[in-house]
Amino acid sequence: MKYIQGNYIIASKEAIARNIYSFTISCPEVADIACPGQFVHIRAKGYTLRRPISICGIDKAKGTLRIVFEIRGEGTEEISRLNKGDLIDMLAPLGHGFTVSDKFNKVILIGGGIGTPPMLPLANIYGSKAAAISGFRNASAVILQEDFKKTGAETVLCTDDGSAGIHGFVTEPLKELLAKGGIDAVYACGPMPMLKGISALCKENGVYCEISLEERMACGIGACLGCACRTQRNDEEYFAHVCKDGPVFKAEEVLW
Amino acid sequence: MADLSVKVCGIDFKNPIIPASGVFGYGREYEELFPLNKLGGIATKGTTLHLRTGNLAPRIAETPSGMLNSVGLQNPGIDHFISTELPYLLTKDLVVLANIAGSTPDECAEVAAKLDDTDVHMIELNISCPNVKQGGAAFGTSCDMAGEVTKKVRQATKKPLVVKLSPNVTSITDIAKSVEAAGADAVSLINTLLGMRIDINTRRPILRNNVGGMSGPAVFPIAVRMVWQVANAVDIPVIGMGGVSSGRDAIELMMAGASAVQVGAAIFTDPYAPVKIVEEMNEFLDSKGIASVKDIIGTVQPW
Repeated sequence: MKYIQGNYIIASKEAIARNIYSFTISCPEVADIACPGQFVHIRAKGYTLRRPISICGIDKAKGTLRIVFEIRGEGTEEISRLNKGDLIDMLAPLGHGFTVSDKFNKVILIGGGIGTPPMLPLANIYGSKAAAISGFRNASAVILQEDFKKTGAETVLCTDDGSAGIHGFVTEPLKELLAKGGIDAVYACGPMPMLKGISALCKENGVYCEISLEERMACGIGACLGCACRTQRNDEEYFAHVCKDGPVFKAEEVLW
Repeated sequence: MADLSVKVCGIDFKNPIIPASGVFGYGREYEELFPLNKLGGIATKGTTLHLRTGNLAPRIAETPSGMLNSVGLQNPGIDHFISTELPYLLTKDLVVLANIAGSTPDECAEVAAKLDDTDVHMIELNISCPNVKQGGAAFGTSCDMAGEVTKKVRQATKKPLVVKLSPNVTSITDIAKSVEAAGADAVSLINTLLGMRIDINTRRPILRNNVGGMSGPAVFPIAVRMVWQVANAVDIPVIGMGGVSSGRDAIELMMAGASAVQVGAAIFTDPYAPVKIVEEMNEFLDSKGIASVKDIIGTVQPW
């Protein structure tokens, strides 16, 4: 695994929903080696710990990465104060990303809330082979739907309160798509209860599933063992680490 | 270019900077960023007799100018360390301090005995881990227990023995004297301070272990005070640590009495911190016309 720490220029900044920002960062050497599902570890001025943020776009030709993040606390609020032209301190690209295969002819991408951004690079790869299901609390929290449409993926929008798209959880359209059959893989990122539900449905239907997890993190590269995740490998319980072994895990390996 | 080399317990360090146990694993992840030979030494992840899975997550929380951790000594066990990690580190031209821990004095001694047959340079006995239920800080907070475990480990190894002390005590100088009397060749301090954060929305502690060890710049003044007190109380060398994040901090801790300096949480903020600290120490010494870093150890002039 190769990663780099450096200060990179923010090429553009956009507020895309309440407390949610999109940065495009000019970082050719990082973009060159970044893969879907990986994350960047960003230094927030004045804070001890970096903040892990998933990669939402990789443009190798332009040498840019896109990140979309939500203000969750003081650290992400500090990062949100950076502007176009400012330098951002990143340790990246980090982690084990999604398995992408040209043998997959139909895949489902599921993002819940701020778990939606890491699904976009997969939509760019799979295009019309993908169905992108996105779930949000309500209409004002909806992000990235136009971006998903541009990739050629089929898009399905759900909200918890029915204020946009389907009234209900992402597992409802997932059930329908799984029932039709022909699905080679399901990829998901979002809140733990959502991931748990998706994993169970995929297991029932015998469909390969990868999920991207989140955990409080320190080093970001597998040295400090801070971001533990209970998994099962070769029938043995194993405390994997979200930063290095993940953030993407095979759903069947995760012990809930 | 000032002479940055130091000698601790007869072991030569090319510079006084050592990544502290726990933040740096066994070095492999950071070698992706810089050659390990830029460091004076490495204190390896705390290793026990058998594999330990550690505590449930969350194990990490941010605090003002610092952080909490409750990893709980997750490690692959001493046999794996000796067969796989130690040979790799011994090729890297830096001093290897094998940090060890155990639930009982006998377990600590057994781990030390296994290391005695290896080429490891020093053993750092952790009697101060706040995140394990047995052993750990329970040894480090009583003079009798600290002395007993040090004595057992002393009998098990001829390697230079550094005992890592807990700051969560009434008198760290008493503990330091106790381990010195029991045969420690040096002491290292401070381990983390016991702390806690609560999520006021859920009323749950942020750490799954409820409490954890606090480190980072916030603890630095406590480290300076304790290093100064201990350096004045014992005749063995002191390795200082606790919130060091710049070359100036490292110089300050050495003036307080440290013969070498470990760097912990600063590495999470900036993975290059240990390398930058070495460069900054050199710049400071050159700017003051000080030929050797050894000339500043313990030179604070108290009022």
